[in-house]
Amino acid sequence: MIDVVLPLIVLFLIINLIAGMGRVFRGPTPADRMLAALLFSTTTVAALLVMAEWMDLPALRSVALLIVMLAGILSLAFVGLPRRKVRSGEDQ
Amino acid sequence: MSVAETLALIFLLAGCGFYLAGTIGLLRFPDVYCRLHALAKADNTGLCLICAGLAILSGDWQVTALLALVWLVGLLASTVSAHLIARHAYTAGQRPITISKETKWLD
Repeated sequence: MIDVVLPLIVLFLIINLIAGMGRVFRGPTPADRMLAALLFSTTTVAALLVMAEWMDLPALRSVALLIVMLAGILSLAFVGLPRRKVRSGEDQ
Repeated sequence: MSVAETLALIFLLAGCGFYLAGTIGLLRFPDVYCRLHALAKADNTGLCLICAGLAILSGDWQVTALLALVWLVGLLASTVSAHLIARHAYTAGQRPITISKETKWLD
């Protein structure tokens, strides 16, 4: 039973990811597109953890830990970059 | 199916429900603050429930510790991201929508 459900959960999470792509295309502002990146990090981590259990690959848990650590740095980088543009625009 | 598997299954399916709610909120909510609100909370609750389900399923202390670490780091990353994105949107000139009769909720 549980061996049938785990692949279905992975599939469901990946469908969630693909649906989240819609916000990347539609999102009117860069902040909206960044929200999709936030969705990607949490959903990918959950999918990787379920896959680690399903395929019996413990290394995938380490991959999930790495991705979740990168997720914080990603938004830091996003906030840093456009700020400079805004500031240089104000200076001119 | 044992009791542990049933419990794990309930946790995993509940986590999937929270993920679905987060994705629907991301796609349907009217402005960036509402979307952030939906995503940052619902997805981390889903991650918590999925980690709990997998920890029950694995029954191993090392795996459980790693899952707890993933969840805690995920909470930290999500909190920081939500704060930074909201502040970025606010300083970029976006204001939260206010409820009125003219508000179009579903764009």
